[in-house]
Amino acid sequence: MREVAIVAFAQSDHLRTTDELSEVDMVMPVLHQVLAQTGLRTSDIGFTCSGSSDYLAGRAFSFTMTLDGVGAWPPISESHVEMDGAWAMYEAWVKLLTGEVDTALVYSYGKSSPGSVRDVLTRQLDPYYVAPLWPDSVALAALQAQALIDAGETDETALAGIAARSRESASANCHAQVKGSVPQGDYEVQPLRKGDCPPVSDGAVAVILAAGDKARELCERPAWIRGMDHRIEAHSLGVRDLTDSPSSRLAAERAGAFERPVDTAELHAPFTSQEVVLRKALKLGDDVAVNPSGGALAANPVMAAGLLRIGEAAARIHRGESDRALAHATSGPCLQQNLVAVLEGDAR
Amino acid sequence: MSSTVSGRVGGGVNKEPVAVVGIGQTKHVAARKDVSIAGLVREAARRALEDAQLTWADIDAVVIGKAPDFFEGVMMPELYLADALGAVGKPMLRVHTAGSVGGSTALVATNLVASRVHRTVLTLAFEKQSESNAMWGLSLPIPFTQPLLAGAGGFFAPHVRAYMRRTGAPDHVGSLVAYKDRRNALKNPYAHLHEHGITLEKVQSSPMLWDPVRYSETCPSSDGACAMILTDRAGAARSPQPPAWMHGGAMRSEPTMFAGKDFVSPKAGKDCAADVYRQAGIGDPRREIDAVEMYVPFSWYEPMWLENLGFAAEGEGWKLTESGVTELDGDLPVNMSGGVLSTNPIGASGMIRFAEAALQVRGQAGEHQVDGARKVLGHAYGGGSQFFSMWLVGAHPPTS
Repeated sequence: MREVAIVAFAQSDHLRTTDELSEVDMVMPVLHQVLAQTGLRTSDIGFTCSGSSDYLAGRAFSFTMTLDGVGAWPPISESHVEMDGAWAMYEAWVKLLTGEVDTALVYSYGKSSPGSVRDVLTRQLDPYYVAPLWPDSVALAALQAQALIDAGETDETALAGIAARSRESASANCHAQVKGSVPQGDYEVQPLRKGDCPPVSDGAVAVILAAGDKARELCERPAWIRGMDHRIEAHSLGVRDLTDSPSSRLAAERAGAFERPVDTAELHAPFTSQEVVLRKALKLGDDVAVNPSGGALAANPVMAAGLLRIGEAAARIHRGESDRALAHATSGPCLQQNLVAVLEGDAR
Repeated sequence: MSSTVSGRVGGGVNKEPVAVVGIGQTKHVAARKDVSIAGLVREAARRALEDAQLTWADIDAVVIGKAPDFFEGVMMPELYLADALGAVGKPMLRVHTAGSVGGSTALVATNLVASRVHRTVLTLAFEKQSESNAMWGLSLPIPFTQPLLAGAGGFFAPHVRAYMRRTGAPDHVGSLVAYKDRRNALKNPYAHLHEHGITLEKVQSSPMLWDPVRYSETCPSSDGACAMILTDRAGAARSPQPPAWMHGGAMRSEPTMFAGKDFVSPKAGKDCAADVYRQAGIGDPRREIDAVEMYVPFSWYEPMWLENLGFAAEGEGWKLTESGVTELDGDLPVNMSGGVLSTNPIGASGMIRFAEAALQVRGQAGEHQVDGARKVLGHAYGGGSQFFSMWLVGAHPPTS
């Protein structure tokens, strides 16, 4: 397999509201930053791919305008997934593996603030039997959390501990939205309290991928993608064991995550209870630094939060704080679809 | 090839050849009230599997595409469709590049095989326009942006007029395209519009919608899905039917609106075609390509794209159309299936072009088969002529 690495990562500050910014306004500074890190210009990039959702933007073809922020002239080789940016990166990684290009720019963004993201996400559900009931994302996560508690896998105190640890870690992350000591608060939907739930965030993220010697040229310590895989499960919650995540485990296995231990894991777990599920599925021991960035509990720009996890893991390798990291992204209700990337720095 | 894509490497990595071994479509109609969205996509997927004589278990990954989620009112429908497409436990990707999405989706699936990440991939695109209202889906108000007040036709009509002024094309050329495509559709059992009594006079007397685009020169709104099975060399060797081989594929994008844009012949389209021809070793597309499935939602786009794709010199495209070159029995048949003008499930329209190109080189296009078709181009575009996606398929494996 061709050697491909993440060589640059940039993100916006993640904020509760960005009324003054259009999506293009939000994305452009991040694109400029990530290009500046490598010295590349848009015209040097072999392939560009983005992830976003029209339902957040409240309009069809929303990504067509954001492309203007890339500077798509002269014409570029470009694609888009209506998914979290982690899957855009997967598409770009595959493109690099074909050998057709040496570099790729990947970005994603989400503005959750203009609407009620809890209501918006109900539109992801089976449109005939489930969506008409409007079960919101917090209620569905609460079902999963209660199943975990009933199975004896966790309790509310342990969940509160995950929330506290995540936001404490986020104190060192200048881009995070919710950090430090934050009260657990009242129940949103029992057994989940406010602290168990992600903030509503607007934000953007970008990474640059490069192959082989090009990666070494662009980055002092590239974060090599040793493997990447993603799997989807059945949509209906009634046919899934909500206390487990077989798709995460299979994706991790196919990405080579279990071949050697990792020292860092960036997990896309918007709810504290989902970290419990993922730690078990991904066989993460207590010695692994989980979500040192603060994770999705500290900032959750929908459609960007998964790519953010990959970027944060890569950045730790760039900085020499990790040698082998696992990065995870999720999509759909109660961890329906999951992606795992295994990143490594060169031996020191 | 475009000088802008300088990240490209000349060689060094040996790609796996990619073959189309299964194709399935639904009968496209205005409203499929007998099936859900899941039922619609499963129908196309099962037909593709039957064509390839494979089962769901043979599929390693699923790549699905459609145009905006607002067209059905389902956000990220791939989540709900995972079960219907046998994707549970497998990777599933959802591509969205506006009207070009059907083509882009096939290319993303192609890369999964070409990179040897997977061996056999199901790719599918659909639109079930009857579930909602496409005009509403495209008309949500956007702050500080001029709305498309009259739908897609209102956006494209001025660019058609610009083409006519620039080239001196006579008024009747658009009607000739519509008359040809609707007649071709009569030979395609899956086409939406089957206008048995169609005449050139009927096209020319149809109401003017967006001058110069008449009602009969406009695409319908369809429900439909199209699926393909893509596989590697070993998979192709086991194929019960002749495979279609991918010789070249590319995507290009440029902004929808900016001062320097040539709406009549966008540079992204030219660059995309040039990249495909370079990959496929095509020096003279007019001579070396046998037929074209082209994305023509409004009739005048046939002569416009003939020039954009390098089949005619600038200003000369309409002459090919007028002289009958693009007829089913002409020297360069265009839209043998009836094209987007006869069938338009928006998100699937690009993939139908790609699939129909593959059917031609497999010799399986039935009544609309072009005799001896060996190399056929599939073409898609989207946005305001912003996104382009193309592939060239051949009856034989690529030599390099």
